[in-house]
Amino acid sequence: MKSAQEGAAALSPIQQKRGSGLFKKIAKRYDLYLMLLLPIAWYLIFHYGPLYGLQIAFKNFNPAKGIFGSPWEGFTHFERFFDSYYFWRLLWNTVSINLFSLLIAFPIPIMLALLVNEIRNKAFSKWLQNITYIPHFISVVVIVGILNVFLSPTGPINMLIEAFGGTSVRFLESAGWFKTIFISSNIWQNMGWQSIIYIAALSGVNPQLYEAAKMDGASRLRRIWHVSLPGIAPVIVILLILDIGHFMNVGFEKILLMQNNLNLESSDVISTFVYTTGILKGEYSYTAAIGLFNSVINLFLLLMVNRFARKTSETSLW
Amino acid sequence: MSKQQTIRKTSDEKVFDFIVYAIAAIIIIIVLYPLLFIVSASFSDPSKVLNGEVWLLPKGVTLEAYKSILHDDKIWIGYRNTILYTVVGTVINILMTILAAYPLSRPDLPGRNAVMVLITLTMFFGGGLIPTYLLIKDLGMVNTMWALIVPGAIATYNLIVMRTYFQSSIPWELQEAAHIDGCSNWRLLISIILPLSKPILAVMVLFYAVGHWNSFFPALIYLRDEALHPLQLVLREILMISQSVAFDGGGVGLEDQILLAESIKFAVIIVSTLPVLIMYPFVQRHFVKGVMIGSIKG
Repeated sequence: MKSAQEGAAALSPIQQKRGSGLFKKIAKRYDLYLMLLLPIAWYLIFHYGPLYGLQIAFKNFNPAKGIFGSPWEGFTHFERFFDSYYFWRLLWNTVSINLFSLLIAFPIPIMLALLVNEIRNKAFSKWLQNITYIPHFISVVVIVGILNVFLSPTGPINMLIEAFGGTSVRFLESAGWFKTIFISSNIWQNMGWQSIIYIAALSGVNPQLYEAAKMDGASRLRRIWHVSLPGIAPVIVILLILDIGHFMNVGFEKILLMQNNLNLESSDVISTFVYTTGILKGEYSYTAAIGLFNSVINLFLLLMVNRFARKTSETSLW
Repeated sequence: MSKQQTIRKTSDEKVFDFIVYAIAAIIIIIVLYPLLFIVSASFSDPSKVLNGEVWLLPKGVTLEAYKSILHDDKIWIGYRNTILYTVVGTVINILMTILAAYPLSRPDLPGRNAVMVLITLTMFFGGGLIPTYLLIKDLGMVNTMWALIVPGAIATYNLIVMRTYFQSSIPWELQEAAHIDGCSNWRLLISIILPLSKPILAVMVLFYAVGHWNSFFPALIYLRDEALHPLQLVLREILMISQSVAFDGGGVGLEDQILLAESIKFAVIIVSTLPVLIMYPFVQRHFVKGVMIGSIKG
């Protein structure tokens, strides 16, 4: 009977007024809060717990004294990081890898979706889509394993180079090649999967717009430019913002797996440095500070881009 | 429109179509070639692979690599561990995600927006690697399977996708009617909502399961004991460190050892990826649906 009242209360504003407000509303839905209990506790412990632990970035963490009991240090860890000889290298590598990814890898799924949209033969278009999705399901470890095999001195790529009279290149042990390999293999792995959203958005574009453009004598290339692209522009903006929201963290696991002493010059990024110095060498406070620096820049970029997008295109996350 | 113009137009169309199909064909080749090469190389005589004789089809077909994998205990232990972590992990993921997504999908839940903000914020800012590591350590989860499962119990993105599905695909009137009939929220969830949500549950099981199957980093930092290592860590060792192991092996048949180590690399890639790829044709439709639901902003 209780729930019957509840149903009615939701419908009629008069009854809602009579029922004594928020407290009653909450009491009636206590079982929903019961369901939420475990997830909220989990979020507090595993997401907000580390935020509490972040204070060690300003302390000299001593495992024996714990997070709370360790003495305050102020900004010394940050200063040490900014003054270190590797600071600019880490920052440049982190920024450049992500910037190049954004410039080169971001547009490719859009182009793939536009291509899929232009294929009249539906069966072939399905094949193309399903094949390009496959690499997404392969683990990072295997991807890097495939790269090792393919780019090794005896691998197919070097065989091809030698067949054309070139000398084999030690791709994996070269700092100069690292970023190219990292980004192009990312494209290989993810272009299909990331194109799904754009393909879905393209299927929602009003077909009458294409017809009208055709009537006006627009070529197919012009129709892509003037109808398809504007049709998916809001989706592009949202995904761009989300990508920038993870700007400083992208590809950490893969970079770690691809890293070796010979390519460190261009593969050492902030997140891998935090791992090797923090987890492996135990400099917890120092690397927590570096991690915080990374997150703050990331958040700042996200806020900036979101604001910019809201002002210029009226599409934004919030 | 003159006749000449029409002809020019259709030939333009043809050229355009030709270019579209040509690019599509090139993309298919680029995506498939590395995969086919790995398959062929795994069945080939390793010395032929190293000499660059294998291009597309296997040369000197042999099952040596697969045989030596069969006898490798490490791989079997890794396989067993991964299956265990994937099953237990996915069950916990699904339960936790439902428990969070359903109440948050209810428009009549006071405080819903506050909880959503609490949850969504975690997508954009977190404590980072080191504080998380210290927390897991303090909770005594290091060197247990729980370190791989509990900290990732809910993927916020999946939670939002599931909540969106509950909100948009199950009529609110249906839930109100059930309430009027005296149905409790728990029963509503179990006997009405979940049976109606099979498509999204399938998608979530797949997303989470593939995630567990492919994950290696939590295992790398939290598991010391080799007997607990999942397949991906064993793979990492074989694919990235095994060369030096082969050299250290030394003694007789050094060259054979190196050759075998090379072809084992191809075979383990196949063996570890096969379960996901076998599943793929059956489930890709659902995967795509999942991404689409996610793209409807919740």
